[in-house]
Amino acid sequence: MTLVRAAFLPLTDSAVLVAAWEKGFAEAQGIELELVRTTSWATLRDRLVYGQVQAAQMLAPLAVAVTLGLSQQPAALSAPFKLNSNGNMLVMSGEFAAALEQNLPARLADPLGTGHDFAAAIGLFRRKPIIGIVHRFSGHALMLRYWLGSAGIDPDRDVVLRVLPPSLTVEAMRLGEIDGFIAGDPWPAAAIAQGLAEAVAIGARIWQRGVEKVLALRTDWMEANAETVDRLLLALAQAARWCDDPANRGELAGLLARPSYVGEPAELIEAGLAGQIVPRAGTPAIGQPDFLLFHREATAFPWRSQALWIYSQLVRWHQAEPAAAVEAAAGAVFRPDVYRRALGSSAEPMPGASMKLEGAVGAPTGVGAYRGALTLGPDRFFDGRVFDPERLGEYLAGFTQARG
Amino acid sequence: MRIVIVDDSGARASVLEEGLREAGYDDIHFVPPRGAFVARIERMAPDVVLMDLGSPSRDTLEEMLLVSRALAKPIAMFVDQSDETMIGAAIDAGVSAYVVDGLRKDRVKPILELAVRRFTAFSRMQNELDEARTALANRKTIDKAKAILMAQRGLNEGDAYGLLRSTAMNQGRRLVDVAEALITASSLLGGGAA
Repeated sequence: MTLVRAAFLPLTDSAVLVAAWEKGFAEAQGIELELVRTTSWATLRDRLVYGQVQAAQMLAPLAVAVTLGLSQQPAALSAPFKLNSNGNMLVMSGEFAAALEQNLPARLADPLGTGHDFAAAIGLFRRKPIIGIVHRFSGHALMLRYWLGSAGIDPDRDVVLRVLPPSLTVEAMRLGEIDGFIAGDPWPAAAIAQGLAEAVAIGARIWQRGVEKVLALRTDWMEANAETVDRLLLALAQAARWCDDPANRGELAGLLARPSYVGEPAELIEAGLAGQIVPRAGTPAIGQPDFLLFHREATAFPWRSQALWIYSQLVRWHQAEPAAAVEAAAGAVFRPDVYRRALGSSAEPMPGASMKLEGAVGAPTGVGAYRGALTLGPDRFFDGRVFDPERLGEYLAGFTQARG
Repeated sequence: MRIVIVDDSGARASVLEEGLREAGYDDIHFVPPRGAFVARIERMAPDVVLMDLGSPSRDTLEEMLLVSRALAKPIAMFVDQSDETMIGAAIDAGVSAYVVDGLRKDRVKPILELAVRRFTAFSRMQNELDEARTALANRKTIDKAKAILMAQRGLNEGDAYGLLRSTAMNQGRRLVDVAEALITASSLLGGGAA
C-alpha cells in the first residue's frame, strides 16, 4: 500500500475523494488515501505546497494562482483530474432579494434579467451589499464577477466582496455580517433551509459546465511518482463513476454527512446531489439535473482551454499579468497528458483533443474520442459568449467594449 | 515590534502571549477572529501576525493583507521561505505567521520559534487533558458494569471485575468495550442499569 495524504474542505464536492477511500476504490489500487479535513483554502494550499499532503481538493483558479506566484509561496502545481463541474449557488438575504423577481423559478431561469434586477437592487439597498466569496481565486468568485459584469456592475466598485470560508458563511448570514454569498453545496442550501437567504443565481445557469474543484498535486511530486499518480487517477475515476450513479446518492449523502467529512444533514446533501434546489424555505424544489456533475461527459478531463479561461478572467480583473509566458504557465496547470497516460487502458471515454471552444455546445453533442462514445452536454455561458483559447485577446477586448 | 495574535482560544493566546512577554516583547495584541476583526488588525498596523493554522478565518486575513491600503508594506507568510525545517515545524505545530516585508529575518525567527514551542506545548496539554477525561469516563463505565454484575449475579466487587477482565481477554476486546456492551444489554433487558 502506498500512503497518499489528501487535504479537503467540508463541501459536497469532496465526494470523489471521500468515495475513493470509503468505498475501497483507492485500496483496490494499492493506495491508502488519508483524508485531511481542512477549514480554510489557505491552510489547504500550505499543506500541499509545503508537502504535508501530496494531493488536495483545490479550487481550480487557486491552483493556477499558486503556480503563477499570486497566492503566497509560489509552487508549480498540476491538475491532472477535475473532481466535479458546477455545484455553486448565489444566495442573498430576503431583504436584498425583495427587489428581485418574486417568481422564483422565473428568477433562476433568467440570469440575464436577474443580473439587471440585481443592479437595480444595489441602488435600492441601504448600502453597498456585502457578498461573501470563499476565495478571490475561486470559480465562484470568477463566475460572480462574470455575471455582475454582464449587467454593468463593477464587482470592485459597486459591491463589497468579502472572503470567508464556506463553513462560516451560514453563521455570517445569521449575524448579518454579509448580505449574501456564493459558495459550493451544501452551504447555500443550508442558509436557505434556515430561512437566512434565498436563491438568486445557480452556477450551472451562469456557465452550464463551470470548472470547479480539481485534484491538485505538486508538479515535482507528480513527476517523481508517476506510477502512484496513475493508480490514484484510476481510483478517482471509479469513485467519480460511483458518485454520479443516482442509485448511490443516498449512501454518498450518508457518508458526506459524517462530522469527519461535511457534517451537515444527509437530506440537505442528497437534495443537492439530486439537483433539487429549494430556492426559499418552504417553497417547492426546482429540478436542476446538472447542478453538480462528477463523471458523465468526461467531467474529470482537464481541458486546457478551461485553465486558459480562468487565466482570461484573472487578466480581465487585473489579478494576473497579460503576457504570453504567464498564459502558457497558466494553461500548463491542467494536465490532460497525465489523465490520458493514467486512464489510457481503462474504460473511461477519452477525448481526442486537449482544448475546445468553451461555451459553444448548445445541445448534447457527440465529439471525437479515442475510445468509447463521448457526448458533451451543453456548456453555454448565459450571455452566449464563446471562449476560443486561440483568440484570448479578442475575447478580453469584447468585455472592455461592453463595459465602455 | 508590534505582534498581533489572532486566536479563537483565549487559553492558547495567553500561553503564547506569556511566552512572548517573558522573551521581552511587550507590544502584543490579541484579536479573536470574529466580526470585523480584519479592520481592527488593519488599524493596529502590526509587524507580525500570528494565527492558528487550523483557523477557518485565514482566508479572510490573507485577503485583507493583499488588498489593504492602510498597511504600508505587504505582509507575506513565514519568515524565511528558504528555511524548510522551520516551515515544516511551524506547520506541524499549527502556526501560521505573517510578517511585514522587509523585516529582518533574524528579528522574526525567535518569535516564530517561540510560537512553535508554545503551540506544541499547548496541544500537548490539551491531549493530556483529553486522555485524562477519557480515562475518567472509562472508569465510570467499568464501575457501572461491575455494579450490574454484583447486583444480578451476586458477585463481590473483585469477582465482578475479574469476570469482566477475563471476558475481555477471551474475546480480544477492550475492558471498557465489554463493560459498555454489558450496560447496553442490561438496559435492553430492563435490568438495573440505572
